[in-house]
Amino acid sequence: MAETHSLQDLQQPAVSSKVFVQRDYSSGTICKFQTKFPSELESRMDKQQFEETMQSLNNLYAEAEKLGGKSYLEGCLACLTAYTIFLCMETHYEKVLKKIAKYIKDQNEKIYAPRGLLLTDPIERGLRVVEITIFEDRSIGSGR
Amino acid sequence: MKSREYQQIDPKALPTPTQSPPSHQHQAVGDDGRTPRRKWEVFPGKNRFFCDGRIMMARQSGVFPLTLGLILVTSGLFFIFDCPFLVKHLTSCIPAIGGVLFVFVLITLLQTSFTDPGILPRATPEEAADIERQIDDTGNASYRPPPRTKEVLINQQVIKLKYCFTCKMFRPPRTSHCSLCDNCVERFDHHCPWVGNCVGKRNYRFFYTFIVSLSFLTAFIFGCVTTHLALRAKGGKGLMFALQESPVELAICFFSVWSILGLSGFHTYLVASNLTTNEDIKGSWSGKSGEAVTNPYSHKNIFINCCSVLCVPMPPSLIDRRGFLPADEPAQTSGVDLELPNPSTKSDINVVGGSSHLVLDLQKSSADFSLFLNQTKPAALPA
Repeated sequence: MAETHSLQDLQQPAVSSKVFVQRDYSSGTICKFQTKFPSELESRMDKQQFEETMQSLNNLYAEAEKLGGKSYLEGCLACLTAYTIFLCMETHYEKVLKKIAKYIKDQNEKIYAPRGLLLTDPIERGLRVVEITIFEDRSIGSGR
Repeated sequence: MKSREYQQIDPKALPTPTQSPPSHQHQAVGDDGRTPRRKWEVFPGKNRFFCDGRIMMARQSGVFPLTLGLILVTSGLFFIFDCPFLVKHLTSCIPAIGGVLFVFVLITLLQTSFTDPGILPRATPEEAADIERQIDDTGNASYRPPPRTKEVLINQQVIKLKYCFTCKMFRPPRTSHCSLCDNCVERFDHHCPWVGNCVGKRNYRFFYTFIVSLSFLTAFIFGCVTTHLALRAKGGKGLMFALQESPVELAICFFSVWSILGLSGFHTYLVASNLTTNEDIKGSWSGKSGEAVTNPYSHKNIFINCCSVLCVPMPPSLIDRRGFLPADEPAQTSGVDLELPNPSTKSDINVVGGSSHLVLDLQKSSADFSLFLNQTKPAALPA
C-alpha cells in the first residue's frame, strides 16, 4: 500500500502554491527584484538564505546591464559593423544569462529542492517575476 | 487604451494537478503530427513571423515596402546614372562611399524591421491571479477589476505604473502597450509605419543608426546629383536639359533630405536627454501639470545618456519565439480568452508560457538527487 502511495507521489508531487517576487523599480528600469522575504515561505526556509539568493541574482543582472568600458567598446564596434556582429557573437547579456541559469540551478539543487521549493528562472517569465513554486510537503513525520 | 471587458481570473479554476485520471497528453504538435510546435506559432500579439520565428514584424507592415522601394530606386538610379559621370569627372571614391552608406542603410533598416522591439510576454494566469489577490486583500467578494495604477519611487520621483488589461500585469516604467501590435513594449518609443514595426528598447539603436545613415545617404546623393547637374549644365547644353535627365532622383532626394535630417535631429535630441518619443509627445517630464518634474532616467550628462541608450549591452528577447511548446501546454491565445491547461499525470506545473517539467520526490533520501531535478528547458537562449 505504502509502495503504491509513494509511486504515485513520485509521479505527482502536488503544487501547493506559487509565490511571485516582483520587480523593484526604485533604481529605474534596470532589472532588479525585491528582496523582501515572502510570508508564505516562512515555514520552509530562513529569511537570510532567501535574501542572499535574491541579492546575488540582482548583482548578476546588474553585471549584465552594466555600462562600462567593455560595453562602450562593444557598442561602438557593433555600430561600425552595422550591428551585424550581433548575429555572429554572443552578447555580454547572453553570457551573463547563462551564468544566472547555472546559479539558479545550483541554488535549486542545494537549497530549494530539499525544502520542497523550486525557483523558476525569471527569463522564462519575461524578467517580470521570480516564481517560487511551493510543493506539498509529503515527507512522513515532518511534523508540520 | 482599449476598453475591453475585464475578466477576473478565478484562482480556483487554476490548475493544481492532483489525482487526475491518466489522459492522453495534449500534444502541441504541428500539422504533420510529429514536429513539436514553437512558441511563435501561438504568440498572442499581432505580429508576423518568418524563417521559423527568427524574423518578426508587425502584422500591418505599413509602408515598409515603400521605404525599401524608395531607397532601392533612388540608390539604383544614383549608381546607374550619376556614378559613371562623376567617376569620370571627379573621383572614383564616390561610388565607394555611396556603396558603403547604401549597405549600412539597408542593413540597419532590415534590423529595425525584423528585430523584436522589446516585447514583454503576457503574464501567466497564476501571476495575474496573484496580482489580483494582492490588490484585493480585503477579501472583498464583489467583483471589480484591479486598480489602474500603482506608484513607485524612482530617483526620488513618484512614477505611476499602469495596469495593462490585455497583458494582465502592471507595466514596468517606460513601457507602453502598442495597440497596433497588441503588445506591451519596453521603453516604447513609437510605432513606425515606415519600418513596419514598433521601435522600443531592443531596436532603438538600429532605428537611430538607420535614420542617421539615411540622412547621410540622401544628403550625399542629393549633393552628387546637384554636382552632376552643375557639371553638365556648365558643359554646354544648359541646366534645363540636364534637369530633364534625372528628375526622379532629384525630387525624391530633395523632399526626403529635409524630413530625414529633421527626424535625425529630433532623435539625437531624444538620445542626448534619454527621452522617448512617447514621453516627449505626452510631455511627461516637461512639467505641464505644474509640478517640478524632471526626467528621472536621465543621467544629467549628454555623453552618458547617449551611451546608456546606444551602447548598453543588447538586452535579450523576452518572448523566446523559437522555443518549443511543452507537449502538454495549450496555446496561449488572447488575454481575454483564458484556456486552462489540461491536467496530466506527468506535468506538475501547468504553467502557460513556462517550460519546466519537474519530477520531485520528497520521500526519497537525499542521495537520490539524480531523479530530483529533471528540467527541460527551451533549446537555446532567446536571440
